[in-house]
Amino acid sequence: MSFTAPIRDMQFVLNELAGLQEVAQLPGCEEVSSDLVSAILEEGGKFASGVLAPINHSGDQEGAHWNNGVVTTPSGWKEAYKGFTDGGWSSISCRQEFGGQALPVVIATAINEMFKSANMAFCLCPMLTQGAIEALELCGSHELKERFLPRMISGEWTGTMNLTEPQAGSDLSAVRSRAVPQADGSYHVFGQKIFITYGEHDLTENIVHLVLARLPDAPEGVKGISLFVVPKFLVNKDGSLGARNDVQCVSIEHKLGIHASPTCVLAFGDKGGATGYLVGEANRGLEYMFIMMNLARFNVGLEGLSISERAYQKAASYARDRIQGFEAGVRGGPRVPIIAHSDIRRMLMLMRSNTEAMRALVLVVAAGIDKAQRSSDPEQRARNQAFVDLMIPVVKGWCTETGIEVASLGIQVHGGMGFIEETGAAQYLRDARIAAIYEGTTGIQANDLIGRKIAREGGATVKAVVGMMRKLALELETESDADLKRIGAALARAVAAMERCVDYIVANYAKDIKAVSVGAVPFLKLIGIVVGGWQLARGASIAQRKLAQGDSEAAFYKAKIVTARFFADHMMSQAEGLAQIVTEGAAGALALDQEAF
Amino acid sequence: MKILVPIKRVIDYNVKVRVKADGSGVDLANVKMSMNPFDEISVEEAVRLREAGIATETVAVSCGTTASQETLRTAMAIGIDRSILVETDVELQPLAVAKLLKAVVEKEQPTLVILGKQAIDDDSNQVGQILAALLGWPQATFASKVHIEGGNVTVMREVDGGLETVELKLPAIVTTDLRLNEPRYATLPNIMKAKKKPLETLKPEALGVDPAPRLKTLKVVEPPKRAGGVKVADVQELVAKLKNEAKVL
Repeated sequence: MSFTAPIRDMQFVLNELAGLQEVAQLPGCEEVSSDLVSAILEEGGKFASGVLAPINHSGDQEGAHWNNGVVTTPSGWKEAYKGFTDGGWSSISCRQEFGGQALPVVIATAINEMFKSANMAFCLCPMLTQGAIEALELCGSHELKERFLPRMISGEWTGTMNLTEPQAGSDLSAVRSRAVPQADGSYHVFGQKIFITYGEHDLTENIVHLVLARLPDAPEGVKGISLFVVPKFLVNKDGSLGARNDVQCVSIEHKLGIHASPTCVLAFGDKGGATGYLVGEANRGLEYMFIMMNLARFNVGLEGLSISERAYQKAASYARDRIQGFEAGVRGGPRVPIIAHSDIRRMLMLMRSNTEAMRALVLVVAAGIDKAQRSSDPEQRARNQAFVDLMIPVVKGWCTETGIEVASLGIQVHGGMGFIEETGAAQYLRDARIAAIYEGTTGIQANDLIGRKIAREGGATVKAVVGMMRKLALELETESDADLKRIGAALARAVAAMERCVDYIVANYAKDIKAVSVGAVPFLKLIGIVVGGWQLARGASIAQRKLAQGDSEAAFYKAKIVTARFFADHMMSQAEGLAQIVTEGAAGALALDQEAF
Repeated sequence: MKILVPIKRVIDYNVKVRVKADGSGVDLANVKMSMNPFDEISVEEAVRLREAGIATETVAVSCGTTASQETLRTAMAIGIDRSILVETDVELQPLAVAKLLKAVVEKEQPTLVILGKQAIDDDSNQVGQILAALLGWPQATFASKVHIEGGNVTVMREVDGGLETVELKLPAIVTTDLRLNEPRYATLPNIMKAKKKPLETLKPEALGVDPAPRLKTLKVVEPPKRAGGVKVADVQELVAKLKNEAKVL
């Protein structure tokens, strides 16, 4: 099950849509050039295809093992992890102060996309470590940073995020774990945490847990939760490892997918208290979590894109090889590969166009994150931050839901063989399924989108985006090229539908939040399709210009236009139907009594 | 001790090669290119000798268009210290490459030249041998083990009958075979560093070499499609087919 990193499309998006040149002008990004990025993508692609991809299927089949508190990863994992850290990939976007490479998020995102395509279950370990690193960088004391960050950034130690408890899932205000202050300034942490990704494993000598818990005098609810560092092994002042801390992995879950990633139940303080250290100020733990939640959600959204790319490559390769039936409308011809059949084509184009739309959106948002974090101009920082905040729930919600659809189409292209585990197409669907659930379900993303990101500010940011899209649609409608004209018209209609929804949400959110919330997920899908289609339309317009200049890569640019045209006809056309659900769909959803279910 | 590592930019080994419709050659438009896999092995070997303290400097050299710079950067990302590009748009044939390399060797004065046994595009398997002849240096081709000690290099060679070990006096030419080592993946910090390593560009004229091709390509065709197999009923039929159809008996 080979995998080739989609480097050409990444370069196109980075250079033409995401504005790599602009990113390279941001403070601290001076070294970034198109050549360097190509070299990084090239070498990252080799690592993804050569090391991570070959153990994806075997890791899924073998799964992680639990034996009396000890968790072992599937064969090949340790070697791959060593290659990953030796290669310096763990530190790609971390700050230089503690040994990171400090590359822009947009480059780290492209690399992460290919690594997750190659092996999503493996990449969960570095992803969670990255989250823990960010939390410490953001809120930890200098002493905590010095003690933990260098070895987390180098990948010598991994990190985890301990939020969920049995009664506290999406609702973290229900967290019950306790932390009791000790005389030496540390804390004893007690409680049980579930769903802890890579909470225990054999890849590194130490694991740094970040744990949400309540102090004895803490107020009820969200304002009484604090954040603690609880290492698996205590770390002495000189950096050497000390005693084993009182945290045990009592079991791992049996899951639909990501089998190779151990999802742990962790028990803290069964033997008198796990030693922990407060991160930042007391009672501000959830607030800290939410600051880094944005990037975590963005990175989970990326998983939807990554799985789509992998599923598409596999389906396209099968469709070219599998001989079945005769070409429609041809008498007496030979048997043909199934790619010749119209419905297979339609499915492959759905997979391809959605994947390219997601990639364009994700990298454009990633560049927005760089500008929001690094620009020296406060106005540019604020404008990009608003755009990023609006788009994070879209990237998370739309890309993960689309990833599931694309992986499912991948199975369909394979026919009966797709349903057989040995083929490998089924794993993508099983793995993709979790991405729409963890780090906030699609429903939570959609509520965040319509409430915090749209209604609260009267739709100001989303209206600005609508304005940009409308401008492009008008430009495209005046083009002489038939495809571009058509894409422009489809974009104009879809944008109008989206704006109708925005007006409805802004007008009714305060009045009837329940009714508006019925349309939250359909609206999230709508906005995903429209902004994804917008990026493909931008790409098509640039491709047309390159073709007019007689660029040597005619086949690549023609394909960009065809793909955008397909997306306009098959996806953007759905916007009007979705708008009807958003604005008129509440009645039936809420009418029945709860007892009637 | 200085090691010179000649490398070639070739069509990537994963690419399905297509012959141009007019039969004039292979279609290279927008095809992924990368370092010749045998050269990756020689780069790896040179870097290992440098890391082991046996070599003090490693220099990669490539002959070809400006695009070959990218391939040289890859070599430097693996650990090569600096690079030379002999830049030309002329179609390069093995004799011309060997002459260019000879000029570079005379300029750089390496103790060891280590290069891939052949390039996977034209599979000529000639440059190392011609270069040795031009320089009058000893050569050990198809190396699967290289050991340097006291002014000599001991090379285990892969030959048809098995393995042959030879000892050469340095300076010498070694060409690498697949089993010599397993090339590493470039690390991110080294990719960043490679950007700052020196890359010198020379022209064939400056080296006093005329790289013009001496051979003319008449026609390039796809290999014939493999005919389907047939089942034979018994040994007699098999022998008859081998005799009359395959004409090998």
